[in-house]
Amino acid sequence: MTTAIAEAVSDTRHTAPASHAVWTPFNAHDEGQRLIKQWYTTLETANERKEPVANVFVMGNAIEILRSFDFHMVFPEINSLQSGVRKTSAEFIRISEDYGMSPDVCSYVKADVGMMLKEEEHPVGKIPKPDLSISSNMCGTFIKWAEIWERRHKMPSFVLDLPGQRTSNWAVRPGDAQHSTDSRWVEDQFKDLIAKCEKITGKRFDIDRLAEIQGRVNQMVIHWNNVMELNRVCPAPYNAMLDGLTYIGIMNVYRGTVEGVEFMRRLEEDIRAKVARGEGRVPEERFRLLFSGTPCYVSMRRLVELFETWGGVFAYSDYLTFAAGGMDAAELLYDTSRPLESLAEVTALAAQRGLSNQFFAHERMEKQIRDYGVDGVVFHGIKSCRFVSAGMADTRDYISKRLNIPTLYIESDLIDPRYWADAQIKNRVDAFFEALQQRGGAGPLRGKEVPTGKGSLA
Amino acid sequence: MSAQITLAHEAQLTAILERCHTAALDAGIPDSNALPEGFTGTLGHFPVYFPDEIAHAAGLLPVNILGGGNKLEMKHADSRMGSFICSICRSTTELGLNGTLAGLTGFVTHPICDAAKHLAGIWSRNLPDQMSEILYLPQNPNTPGAVRYIASEYQRLRAELARKVGHPISDAAIRSSIRLYNKKRRLMRDLYEIRREEPWKLSCSESYMLVRAGTRITCEEHIELLEQALDAIRHRHVAAQDKPRVIFVGGFCEQPPLEMLEAIDDACFIVDDDLLIGQRWLNKDVPEDVGDPIWALAESYIERSNASPVQHDERKPKSDYLMAMLRAAKADAAILTAAKFCEPGLDDQLFWSKDLDEAGVQYLVLEFEEKMTSFEQMSMQLETFAESLLFALA
Repeated sequence: MTTAIAEAVSDTRHTAPASHAVWTPFNAHDEGQRLIKQWYTTLETANERKEPVANVFVMGNAIEILRSFDFHMVFPEINSLQSGVRKTSAEFIRISEDYGMSPDVCSYVKADVGMMLKEEEHPVGKIPKPDLSISSNMCGTFIKWAEIWERRHKMPSFVLDLPGQRTSNWAVRPGDAQHSTDSRWVEDQFKDLIAKCEKITGKRFDIDRLAEIQGRVNQMVIHWNNVMELNRVCPAPYNAMLDGLTYIGIMNVYRGTVEGVEFMRRLEEDIRAKVARGEGRVPEERFRLLFSGTPCYVSMRRLVELFETWGGVFAYSDYLTFAAGGMDAAELLYDTSRPLESLAEVTALAAQRGLSNQFFAHERMEKQIRDYGVDGVVFHGIKSCRFVSAGMADTRDYISKRLNIPTLYIESDLIDPRYWADAQIKNRVDAFFEALQQRGGAGPLRGKEVPTGKGSLA
Repeated sequence: MSAQITLAHEAQLTAILERCHTAALDAGIPDSNALPEGFTGTLGHFPVYFPDEIAHAAGLLPVNILGGGNKLEMKHADSRMGSFICSICRSTTELGLNGTLAGLTGFVTHPICDAAKHLAGIWSRNLPDQMSEILYLPQNPNTPGAVRYIASEYQRLRAELARKVGHPISDAAIRSSIRLYNKKRRLMRDLYEIRREEPWKLSCSESYMLVRAGTRITCEEHIELLEQALDAIRHRHVAAQDKPRVIFVGGFCEQPPLEMLEAIDDACFIVDDDLLIGQRWLNKDVPEDVGDPIWALAESYIERSNASPVQHDERKPKSDYLMAMLRAAKADAAILTAAKFCEPGLDDQLFWSKDLDEAGVQYLVLEFEEKMTSFEQMSMQLETFAESLLFALA
């Protein structure tokens, strides 16, 4: 461990909860909502204040660089997600389909196009026009989406090309020849991006500022990994698919900020306290599940209810890995003594981690099932998302046959309510739990032993 | 005497087209015992672009895997891929699962879209003994360093293939393959020149078969066929019909059924297209006598290349290259197609239609699937479109 990384870990240890710390009330959901609202409020006036705005995605986004130039970050995926939660996505999608968009393309994109056609009026407020967009090849749709903004807003889009896993059992280790090649390519692109940011903002790149931001990201990543590890215990203190979304939302939107570090610190503290009290998300936890895919935001509560009424809790969701751009491993920390090089090295590794979680899902899932003591895997196929869904049925076949793990496949969409078939989904969920019960998993799981992970700061 | 020569050329062309038709639409892989001399195996690659020269220099026959067409019965893939995934990915999966592609030495896919990337995982789960790779061609060709990165990807591929065939792949062998493929690309450019200048001499469906055959046969044989075909086409005496000149876009990955192209040919002259654009991706000769042939291929990918909906390049905005294609082909209109469930194609189809609205250029929007078998309605749409164009142009 280099000195800078050791310092980051040390800082986090210092801020991590001690057993004698004074307990103060913290509701992660409420605090998360407050922060998201605050972020949207700041965005509303960014154009008026003539402050630079960048459209970015949750995967492969170079936020550390953008933040060092004081860009405001707009996350169009989160805007679309929010339109689903706030029940306006159907209207946005209708507007975009009337405009000519195909029923068969990403509903996030359609909601965004619908919103643009309504002059950026989103239920959370006005979304500012971007000066720059960063998309990455982690999801092919990102690039097409950015091309729509290029046309609409007449602004540049920068595609960050992040090489992923090339073949099965691909093992890239930090510093090996392949990692060096990939990192150098990523660093070349960061340098190019920095030049573009300097041109747009009229500011000089400040490498010390970048290091400062990276230091905060390191602290957030350490807390985040601890939060994820804490869900390995039984009962699971939170639902990875529902509560996890709030957590990951803050990880993305407030990445590299003081508020972000504080939220994640308090979150870890809160979850540790729940674990100490033996408090689970589900009162009588009976089944521990892995959720693969993204949720259906228009029926979010219902989706959770269908599982929790059976005592099922999502202990892990692969969404928490790929939607954080793969930054869910404690070894993915920046060396702040070499900010740019380290940014490229970690980004190259994290991207592969995030991409592999989907494109070679079976290789990761076996470990995730083991780590989280999972009784069954729920695959949620998203009609309009090939990134998540194209290999899902085949992965399910592999997991069921090779690992003899019960699986359930349901299908709907991210935010298009037309694809949520409640009765059909409920029937499938019920049948899945009946099958789980027949396998002898009916009893409450409190006290069940689950393997403990590495890297805990406790 | 002249008529006899014409007849002889026509007969020769018919024979070539039949040969190409048979080769082009064969979804199978040549048996290892039936490989042409000098080849020890086959390397399958998914659209769009693949540096065939590297496989060729390794003694592997590069085969572009273009799905199952409209004759394939789906028995396995339906349960492994959602119904909302494009046909070419589903049928390619079927060909992998039903054993049709079992003879491949390896299979390479590309980050052109997310469904295509998933094919590598599907391959690794179901055909674990077959080499399967994603060749990470960059979606950012504009940053300085892109050529170096592509060259490193090509070197990685070269090393993988060398391990597979059991011998090194020399620079000299790659240079020799580059020379051969340059010749083939020049001949394909000649075909398209005829399409633009004298479209009545060569229909799109004929030209398509001539190009597509090159995805299944050796470069050497393809060159021979193209040379003979070009000679025969140049001797063709066909009267120019009164048909509108159109360009066709949307055929860069999944291929439209031949019957669809024939239906368009009946109504219009397709004076340019993006069908099998990967075969024509490099639009100028790759430098032949350079120290590092891999670098020459990588540099050509960036500097001497066409455009497609699945390659972002800030030098080639989508609307600009469509308009440039229209101008270069002196086309009256465009046929904007997209394969069903192909997100990049469907996105560009819509925004191209907006560009053409703005430019006052007429267009027809069509959606296709490789597996479609009914074309009557499409033919009627095309006839109506062609008539309206002719009235407008009269």
